[in-house]
Amino acid sequence: MSELALEIKGLSKQFGGLPAVSDVTLAIRPGERHLLLGPNGAGKTTLFNLICGDLPPTAGSIRLFGQELVGLPPRKRTACGLARTYQILTLFPHETLCRNVMLALNGLRPQKWRFWRDFDDDTDMRAEAFAILERVKLADLADRTVSQTAYGDRRRLEIALALALAPRVLLLDEPLAGLSRDERVMVQELLDTLPQDITIVLIEHDMDVALAFAERITLLHHGSVVITGSRAEIAADPRTREVYLGA
Amino acid sequence: MTRRMLPFAVVLAAMALVPVFTPSHFYVNLTSQVAIAAIGALGLNVLVGHAGLNSLGFAVFPGLSAYLVAWLSTLGGFDPVSAGLLAIGGTMLVAGLFGVVALRATGLGFVMITMALCQIVWGAAYRWTSVTGGDNGISAVPRPGTGLLPLERPEVFLWLCVGTLALALIQLGRFFDSPMGVALRGTRDQPRRMSAVGYDVWRIRFSAWMLAAAWGAVTGLLYAWYHQFVSPHMMAVTASAEVLLMVVAGGAGTLAGPLIGAALVVLLKNLASIWIERWVMLLGCTFVAIVLLMPDGIVPGFGLLRAALARLRPAPAPKLVPRERADV
Repeated sequence: MSELALEIKGLSKQFGGLPAVSDVTLAIRPGERHLLLGPNGAGKTTLFNLICGDLPPTAGSIRLFGQELVGLPPRKRTACGLARTYQILTLFPHETLCRNVMLALNGLRPQKWRFWRDFDDDTDMRAEAFAILERVKLADLADRTVSQTAYGDRRRLEIALALALAPRVLLLDEPLAGLSRDERVMVQELLDTLPQDITIVLIEHDMDVALAFAERITLLHHGSVVITGSRAEIAADPRTREVYLGA
Repeated sequence: MTRRMLPFAVVLAAMALVPVFTPSHFYVNLTSQVAIAAIGALGLNVLVGHAGLNSLGFAVFPGLSAYLVAWLSTLGGFDPVSAGLLAIGGTMLVAGLFGVVALRATGLGFVMITMALCQIVWGAAYRWTSVTGGDNGISAVPRPGTGLLPLERPEVFLWLCVGTLALALIQLGRFFDSPMGVALRGTRDQPRRMSAVGYDVWRIRFSAWMLAAAWGAVTGLLYAWYHQFVSPHMMAVTASAEVLLMVVAGGAGTLAGPLIGAALVVLLKNLASIWIERWVMLLGCTFVAIVLLMPDGIVPGFGLLRAALARLRPAPAPKLVPRERADV
């Protein structure tokens, strides 16, 4: 059996007396498209925060291609090939879209410590940033500041910042939240064009898109895994209905 | 870059040429004071404007370096130049230690810790009388100077100050547009994203802290050489607040703001006090006016004013525009 892209074992997070994530175990293969499902408060975003290191877990282990992530700060996990987007837009509002992407590109490079050379003079990196903006169809807005762009554009910039890191595992937290129908189609097409060797874990409430995209699905409820399986297995399982409609 | 620097070059040249226009040492020295204060304000602006870290203890850096150079070049027996270099080195060492402590906090916690750290050094200067002279401070601090560069002459000392200010503007102007400067503002706006894309937020903040400390130390050196006297008052809370006022009034995060703020405070302090006994009230009123009319400071305020004027240009009576603006 080949190495797993993301292997989570017995992962728990307590907020005081509240178990936000309890004893979650997940095994995600390289190249897999994995969907996390669950009602509000199921612990999906907390799970992302644990994986990328924004929160320390109470117990458990997280391995990325065999490398233990627990105990590493977020930036070291990024260096291991992990990237994420945020449900709540987390962009650099005063900078141009191009500079947003350049900041992300520079994060893992030693030239981020340069303090004399003009950032915009780095034409190679500007070209790289343009290529990434091209992928998310934002190249024509490259020199606008984030505050001058529409919400839908910002959602795609979220994804661009993660793609700039050339991740091996990409965590997408509701990439379609708040988008119009046309914009959804655009992001869906973008997700479909992502190279197959990027492993993707997705949180999304738009079932049409999410179910079409994901091969395997994990249903979370009250911080625990209810069931993991293929699309058909999840749909057929009575517990899915129970979680969503109440029993 | 070069075009943006042109107004600064004009202003600095005008400052350097003050001795040509007036033989009065008063105005020459006043210009030196503006330059010295501006270097300090530029240093603090790295923290306040670009790192988003509001310090109410910035005076500790100029204070430390001024005391060090004063002690080393009088009681310590060093020549002024070596004393100056050692003072900057010593200040950076202490700044490194203080940075480790202060940068555990952000926001209000950072304000309080920086203030407390400055108070510690102030207390030492005030109470450790055998070394610091206590409230009397240390006087007769020698200025360096040779036959070629007679710094005891006010105009030559002014040129040293303006030259140093030019270096500060060039270094910081480049820094703010560099990858490091953009990253620093990134840690101000989105620290979480910054660490998620691979930056060490703490190290970036620490570097900014050390950069601010370095220009603070330079300010202290010039201050000690200018007054040839140091006292604990230069590290009082009001001294730190004054630098913060310069930055905020001029416009935090802009390159010109700290310079304008420093000029405003130093000129009000020295010129207004000739005519008005209660000049501090005038200073207070000026800041209230700035906060009411230009909450982001003078430089961003004029930027907005210019944009508003540009929009109103086709209006038939442009002379009314400033008054309308004042009502807003």
